[in-house]
Amino acid sequence: MSTDSNAPLSRRQFISGAAAAVAGLTIAPGVFLLKPAGAAGSTEGPRWGLLIDTDRCNKGCTACVDACHEEHGVHSLGRPETDAQWIRKVELHDPDTGHNHSLPVMCQHCENPPCVDVCPTKASFIRPDGVVLVDKHTCIGCRYCMMACPYKARSFIHEALTNQKPHSPRGKGTVESCTLCVHRIDRGDHTTACVEACNTDGHGAMVFGDLNDPDSTIAQRLREQGSTAIRADLRLNPAVRYQGI
Amino acid sequence: MTVKTQFQEIEGRNGRYLALLGGLAVLVGLGLLAALMKGTHGHHITGMNNQVVWGLPHIFAIFLIVAASGALNAASFASVFGRVSYKPLARFSGLLAMTLLIGGLVVLVLDLGRPDRLVVAMTHYNFKSIFAWNIVLYTGFLAVVAVYLWFMMEKRMNRFVPIAGYTAFIWRLVLTTGTGSIFGFLVAREAYDAAVLAPLFIAMSFSLGMAVFILVVLATFIGTERPLGDLILRRMKNLLGIFVIGVLYFVVVYHLTNLYATRLHGVQSFVLLHGGIYTFLFWFVQIGLGSIAPLVMLFHPVWSQSRRVIAAAAGLVIVGGLAQLYVIVIGGQAYPLQLFPGQEISSSFYDGVVAGYSPSLPEWMLGIGGVAFAFLLLALALKFLRFLPTSLADDKVDPHAAARADDTATTAAARA
Repeated sequence: MSTDSNAPLSRRQFISGAAAAVAGLTIAPGVFLLKPAGAAGSTEGPRWGLLIDTDRCNKGCTACVDACHEEHGVHSLGRPETDAQWIRKVELHDPDTGHNHSLPVMCQHCENPPCVDVCPTKASFIRPDGVVLVDKHTCIGCRYCMMACPYKARSFIHEALTNQKPHSPRGKGTVESCTLCVHRIDRGDHTTACVEACNTDGHGAMVFGDLNDPDSTIAQRLREQGSTAIRADLRLNPAVRYQGI
Repeated sequence: MTVKTQFQEIEGRNGRYLALLGGLAVLVGLGLLAALMKGTHGHHITGMNNQVVWGLPHIFAIFLIVAASGALNAASFASVFGRVSYKPLARFSGLLAMTLLIGGLVVLVLDLGRPDRLVVAMTHYNFKSIFAWNIVLYTGFLAVVAVYLWFMMEKRMNRFVPIAGYTAFIWRLVLTTGTGSIFGFLVAREAYDAAVLAPLFIAMSFSLGMAVFILVVLATFIGTERPLGDLILRRMKNLLGIFVIGVLYFVVVYHLTNLYATRLHGVQSFVLLHGGIYTFLFWFVQIGLGSIAPLVMLFHPVWSQSRRVIAAAAGLVIVGGLAQLYVIVIGGQAYPLQLFPGQEISSSFYDGVVAGYSPSLPEWMLGIGGVAFAFLLLALALKFLRFLPTSLADDKVDPHAAARADDTATTAAARA
């Protein structure tokens, strides 16, 4: 009796399991690659972000820039005007007070990204966990996102590339920018190349974490110490926040 | 009294026509070569870079697209505003609108980083993107004008011409609004982000389209030795003058509005005072050569009687329009993004400095190739279909006006 009642159930389990496996296999390359680690696909999931303390960031230190470009295989091709830069050190000088600042600027992973709004083919997209990316398969290289980005965060690839990293696909004729080390996020590393380098070789000015987790270091520091967004007037709600500017 | 307009293909066998086709084909070939070079070597062979991401090809493309919309003026005056004198030119105007738009789109597509992915642009739409909207607007314009031409050229469909004319007129207004909004919607850049850019582009389409149309009509009628009266030419040159004033009006509104906002003083003084090439192009070419000079030429009581002067004025309007687009497109990007308003900024990525840009030969080749392609299509279409009226002599254009002119002349002669 009990065997009889159990049999259909296990069959159903088997069928649904197999169906899920087939569906998973069919769409696995796209889905699994882009599936955010631990993301529920709603506002309840994580939103990854960075906090940068500009008081600790030293002029002349480029540990974050070097690490990022090493991680993603971004190298100078000897043409500074067309060379890609995913992250750059920016020097600020206040002409009224004489105060100087040094800070890294990269894609700010806005909640309302203008690059995503203007992209005609939806190649510019935002994941449920807030990471803004370019789909290299559907980017047609129109550069409208570069016109729209208020942070000058994106680069167009002006010539053929070699020695690319498997986790960081790049290609001539497409646009690219900081991925917030999405390959690390999806691997569960819980850090980015720039943050890691800043903590080991730099001055510990950068924190990576989940902005939506009230217990995370980044959320606690944002709550207790406050922060600023670059071009906060545009109300894009970037996931990269700064202190000291 | 109405006059039946006769339309006839051009003969297209003489040496001049074949030389024209040959010359245009060479220019198209050079444009394709430039596209091929860009595809092989990448965009680093152009003057464009990560600061100035849109360059000379975009200026040519936008010029052609905006002029395409304006080239439809003559057809619109006939079908929408009931001006019978423009009716003989309606077909020609529709044809020119289509070929100019195709030329512009070809340049735009061939300048993409991945032109081979055109099919992606056709199958993946982001309806929040004004760019995606423009893809629909441009292809739709071609379809609407094609139907419009068919209705005009097919006797049985003639009664539907007004509907098609109205549709095409509204469509071209929306199209130019869309083109202006490519820049108007860019909140991040101080030179853009202005709703007035949409009507400015509409005004530019009227003036640039009319200027191109006048030159093309002159060249075609003189080239084919068909009669061209002064009546229609005088009306078109007067309209061109009014359209140039319209553009000037929106330029003044744009700059005055921005001058009122303190946060925009930087970008305004860049364009108007110390932007080097951009300031020169704005004042000397766009305003001086491209607006004031043609206005004087078009409305001067004596000079404006000369066809050479009218042609020269139309040419200057085109030069001024290209300069205007250069200032808007390149100047708007060359002026640095204000990441930290009020602070001085520097980096290895050209933050805080005016970006350099000098167009390279392949960019000129691609842009001119697109223009040549538009006129190659036009020249071929005139040979195979009946777009061109056999005569634009005054009595064929507007018998009443011509008769009045004759009467006046006779009376004057009698008095004398």
